[in-house]
Amino acid sequence: MENCIDIQISDKPLSEQTCLEFVAHPGAGGIVNFIGTVRNQTQGKAVIKLEFEAYISMAISEMRKIAELASQKWPIQKMAIHHRVGTLAVGEIAVIISVACPHRKAAFEACSFAIDTLKETVPIWKKEFFENGAVWIAAHP
Amino acid sequence: MMKVLTFGIAKDIVGGPEMDIPYSEGMSVLALKKAVLEKYPQFEKLNSLAIAVNNEYADDNLQITPQDEVVLIPPVSGG
Repeated sequence: MENCIDIQISDKPLSEQTCLEFVAHPGAGGIVNFIGTVRNQTQGKAVIKLEFEAYISMAISEMRKIAELASQKWPIQKMAIHHRVGTLAVGEIAVIISVACPHRKAAFEACSFAIDTLKETVPIWKKEFFENGAVWIAAHP
Repeated sequence: MMKVLTFGIAKDIVGGPEMDIPYSEGMSVLALKKAVLEKYPQFEKLNSLAIAVNNEYADDNLQITPQDEVVLIPPVSGG
């Protein structure tokens, strides 16, 4: 499975095309591509920009674990998980998860599992900037 | 002293990318957490505080050695 997984963290804009090219597989019947983008508001407050900070070595390792675990649960042929770090403007891509499977149902389920798990376990932190301040997301109750 | 790395809100609370915690031989992750909370009570207010040792989430009873890379993991919010 080693060569079938591509994990990246980058401070440059992410490429949907790069992920789709990586997961291309002749046996694939379904490719699901999730793109997480920067939303312009949080609970009615306008968001100006975001910053993502990562503990990169562990984040890569946790993202790889997610892909490997997903590969045990579903018949994944290829999988890419790319996450952005640094400063992002509204509309920019924060994360891309691409999954190729023989059939669409498994690809949808694996992709959904991957983004849900990423949000729970991968050491990456999001700070949202508003007109009158900034806040680390999920830090406080 | 043992160096503990910080990210996200932990970096803001500590006021920098790392903090020093008094180290004693055989120190557990739980003991380290208690020392961190004693020095910076603001961590009590977070939703959670995990410790990573050498790039893995660590259980409270894991013993830390001086060579380990120890990192505070406040609530994550990637994606």
